[in-house]
Amino acid sequence: MMRTSTVELTVDSPPGAVARRTTGWIGAGLAAAAGLAGGLLAPADAVQGPAQRLMYLHVPAAWVAYLAFAVVLVAGGAHLLRADAHWDRIALAATEIGVVLTALTLATGSLWGHLVWGAWWAWDPRLVGTALLFLVYAAALALRRALAERAGVPPHGDPRVTRPVAVVGIGGFLLVPVVHFSVRWWRSLHQQATFLAPERPPADPRMALALLLAVAAASVCATWLLAHRVVRLQRQLDAAGAAGGRRPGRSGPRRPAPVG
Amino acid sequence: MIRRPGRLALLVVLLAGGGLLITGALRGTLTYYRTPGELLTHPAATGERVRLGGEVVPGSVRHDGGLVLFRLSDAGHEVPVRQRGMPPETFREGEDAVVEGRLGTDGVFDADHVVVRHGNEYRPSAPAPEPPDAR
Repeated sequence: MMRTSTVELTVDSPPGAVARRTTGWIGAGLAAAAGLAGGLLAPADAVQGPAQRLMYLHVPAAWVAYLAFAVVLVAGGAHLLRADAHWDRIALAATEIGVVLTALTLATGSLWGHLVWGAWWAWDPRLVGTALLFLVYAAALALRRALAERAGVPPHGDPRVTRPVAVVGIGGFLLVPVVHFSVRWWRSLHQQATFLAPERPPADPRMALALLLAVAAASVCATWLLAHRVVRLQRQLDAAGAAGGRRPGRSGPRRPAPVG
Repeated sequence: MIRRPGRLALLVVLLAGGGLLITGALRGTLTYYRTPGELLTHPAATGERVRLGGEVVPGSVRHDGGLVLFRLSDAGHEVPVRQRGMPPETFREGEDAVVEGRLGTDGVFDADHVVVRHGNEYRPSAPAPEPPDAR
């Protein structure tokens, strides 16, 4: 039995609630540490000045967006294979988080670009790719709503809605490596990776620590948010099922949710 | 509702069309800028609006009224640039920059837009007391 805390995290049960609360506190602690490290401990960059501190928002937002889309890939695949509505709810929550974080990546990147490059936007492969990533996953959310409205069912829990959306979510992941490696494959205005580069270019260790803490904080906070969102979606569906006269299915991770 | 083979064919056509449109639109994106070497070996590009990227040659920056004059270099090739308007504050000699404009018949690149292309190295502004090869 694989009943680890990572599975419990999205289950509407007392141990699940405890796991979520613990995750929330760890995330808050890491976020506070990252704020202190990024704002006070890390020095301002020699070339870019204080604008470089945007890195501690921009890079975690981008990385956790990739991570969220990886969750969409895995959860979407699991949903198609097992026809389990719980996986679809995880994919839905991860898509929402990924879309918001991609928007945040574009916003912080735009500001950083304005301050350092001297341009809010450039038609550069990395920037265009990130915008496409945002559009694809926003389209997945729109498709879910459109299909649900046409079928007259809730936006999650019905395979007529969730299966095509899972396919879009899985296909969209093809863009993630393209976006990540765009700065290596093509000529770009955007700088290359520093900490994930094959040969690490020099970086101040205090800056590296601040970035590491910020990425960890963003990952844990996003996990916490995802778990809460999944539980909420499940409760919504249960409430709708009860109101519609159906059996209020307390759908666990192994049981498919009531199908309308 | 269109039958399955028809729907599949339609999907393939739509995807192929979309792909063509995207690659066409992205041609300028995938080669975001040209290097001085490429610009000099393809004189056909003279008069065409392009982006040119390279290192701002140290010691080459001069201010002349509303114009900023400098040279961009890459792999031994250099192109003189005449930039109209102020470059961003981060514009420095020895850093990379990308300019947008046209190569004039006099061999000077007339630019009206310049962006700074910074590297992926991060260090504090104070001179680092550690040895240069420290991790």
